Amino acid sequence: MGDPALSRRGFLAASAAAGLSMTALSACGGDSDGGSSGTTTIEWWNISTTQPAKDVWAALAKQFEAQNPKVKVKIVQLENDAYKSKMTALTASGKLPDIFHTWGGGVLRQQVDAGLVEDLTDRTKDWGEDLLKVARQPYLIDDKAYGIPFDIGMIGFWYNKALFKQAGVAGPPTTWSGFLDAVRKLKAAGITPLALAGKEKWPGMYYWAYLAMRTAGVDALRKAGDAKDFSGDGFVQAGQHLQDLVDLQPFQKGYLGAAYSSPTGQAAAVGNGKAAMELMGQWAPVVEADAGKGLGANLGFFPFPAVDGGKGVITEVFGGGGGHALRKGAPQAAVDFLKFFASAATDITLVKKTGVLPVVPAAESALTDPNIKAVQAQLKGSTGFQLYLDQAYAPALGQEVNDSVAALIAGSKSPQQVAQSITKVAKEEQ
Amino acid sequence: MTSTFLPDKRSGPDITPPLPVAGAGRERARRRALHWLTAVAFQTPALVLFGTLVLLPMLFALYAAFFRWGGFGMPEDFVGGDNFTRLLQDPVFLGDLWRCLLLVGLSLALQLPFALALAVALNQRIRGRAVYRMLFFAPYILSEAITGVLFSMIFAPDDGLADHVLGAIGLDGVGGQWFADPSTVMATLFLVMSWKYFGFHMMLYLAGLQSIPAELTEAALIDGAGPWQRFRNVTLPLLAPTLRISVFLSVIGAIQLFDLVWVITAGGPDHHSETMAVTMFQYGFKRYQVGYASAISVVMFGICLVFALAYQRFVLRRDLQGATTTMRGGGS
Repeated sequence: MGDPALSRRGFLAASAAAGLSMTALSACGGDSDGGSSGTTTIEWWNISTTQPAKDVWAALAKQFEAQNPKVKVKIVQLENDAYKSKMTALTASGKLPDIFHTWGGGVLRQQVDAGLVEDLTDRTKDWGEDLLKVARQPYLIDDKAYGIPFDIGMIGFWYNKALFKQAGVAGPPTTWSGFLDAVRKLKAAGITPLALAGKEKWPGMYYWAYLAMRTAGVDALRKAGDAKDFSGDGFVQAGQHLQDLVDLQPFQKGYLGAAYSSPTGQAAAVGNGKAAMELMGQWAPVVEADAGKGLGANLGFFPFPAVDGGKGVITEVFGGGGGHALRKGAPQAAVDFLKFFASAATDITLVKKTGVLPVVPAAESALTDPNIKAVQAQLKGSTGFQLYLDQAYAPALGQEVNDSVAALIAGSKSPQQVAQSITKVAKEEQ
Repeated sequence: MTSTFLPDKRSGPDITPPLPVAGAGRERARRRALHWLTAVAFQTPALVLFGTLVLLPMLFALYAAFFRWGGFGMPEDFVGGDNFTRLLQDPVFLGDLWRCLLLVGLSLALQLPFALALAVALNQRIRGRAVYRMLFFAPYILSEAITGVLFSMIFAPDDGLADHVLGAIGLDGVGGQWFADPSTVMATLFLVMSWKYFGFHMMLYLAGLQSIPAELTEAALIDGAGPWQRFRNVTLPLLAPTLRISVFLSVIGAIQLFDLVWVITAGGPDHHSETMAVTMFQYGFKRYQVGYASAISVVMFGICLVFALAYQRFVLRRDLQGATTTMRGGGS
């Protein structure tokens, strides 16, 4: 799979096992600038361990070295989960690499609070602000930029146009009530409306997170995380809206035990035309084609509907991406590298060869797939942004959201109980 | 758990060859020193490994269980017994205990008798019994992860082999959601567990049956004992030591069950197939509440330890006479 899978893994990462290696890590990176010959070596830690990204990124580093003869780029590549645990240890030790991968959000904020991350606001001002606004969002902390994006994505509904037509659903619904109507119509036509990977819990969480954004407003999830209080009406209502959906029994048979990317899982159900929709990120088409047959031209994308009377609007997106941050006091060469990596020429290469979504407006022309274009359009026109909860929240809180929402979908927790148990865990976390 | 750490002065092979009688006292002292040296030299590497890789982590987990700790740095936030009180109020953990009892009960009531019946059958002279033995033992050789993936495919609702087979023999409606339904997940899981482990217990019983002298059965036959009486009064009592060991392994296995559950259901749907080990993993490696996870592992260890000691003390006593568990001097 290409880079889209990376984003999915990025999402899964916090929920993945860290293994026992986490304690046995030592600090490295850091003080590498200087050198007697006048050359500067910058260390670049990234998670592009899979092809084609691995080679493309290495070639870009070579290109940068050719343009800047006095700079050497030392690439350190770590697999996603290994990277996360190693970075946790490095953060504790107080030494970060010159340039390092970041997803932004709560983890980046921790590193910033520890005084380990370079404030890039002024040093990247003349070019950083040209980047796609929504893509920069995860790395803005107290209105200061601490990271530069190279990828961005979002969650939305992927649907089967043929099945919609068969059931007489006119087009993508834009309101939650319209969505529930579409679900009813699909069911009436004998079509499974939605595929869901109940075993993995995080796909179900997307519904609740989006509904919370739509009812309580785009900032509600972040504010509730800060205030450690999810008991507000908006969150309970979000649960009730989800309950309304669950009551229609819209999911495929055996959804509580289904995985996401297995041959009998959520993506395969949509990819094989057995279910009409799934709520998933921009990587969905790739996984659908990988786990199932794929829908080709029958696949369409629409944003999560607005909820009538809610504070949120349909143009606010739930997503995340990837970016780079610098350690405090990183040499100018590292900033130059970020500028090079966020240039239109580089971004076009990345979009064409590694399948990421463009963060530089000029690179949009490199997109060819109509569905990815639709995602891009939605991202570009977005009026608000909420980062993936596993990046935004501490692991225990993120897991509790997943777990409680899964319980709601399985029918063992009420919307009130979901809000209560999430609040309880939020308060326990320090 | 059962090994004695101190080198035993009385037992242990004497490796030095017999020596001439002259200077016997000094010679004995020298021999004893050599004996000790040998013991120390051979046991130190094992003890160091055991100490650093088994004992220390165990003691550390016990220590960490009294802290609220995220797994990085040293535990600092001491919370006393809070983790344990929270554990006893956690419906998921209480459910784990109940499911553990359920699995133990089902294993003892169904899986082991089934294995015993097969063992007795395959102990007869029947054509191709070696093939049967091999076939029934094969699942045990398969790794838990592979078994898990295999059965999650077989029991996939509608698409899986199980539902296809049931459909083909006209039992369309019988197949359900298997692992995906909270009310059937444990039964399905037990089925997979049994499939995986019955062969192992069958092998144990077969080995036990081999050691029963044929003369005894013959004598019973001559005395006019029927098949059931021969089984009840000859085979079963003589197989008892094997049965006791098999029950022991089965119970400990059920308490520690993890891999199968993790691969197939990850504890779901909605915690209905979660085991203690799965809950521990969830808290330790997904939520990074390592202190709480340590408390779970301490309780698991405690349950295993109490069971193992009690079982050895009261049930295995006769089988293990003279073995490691009898304390020197005491023990009775």
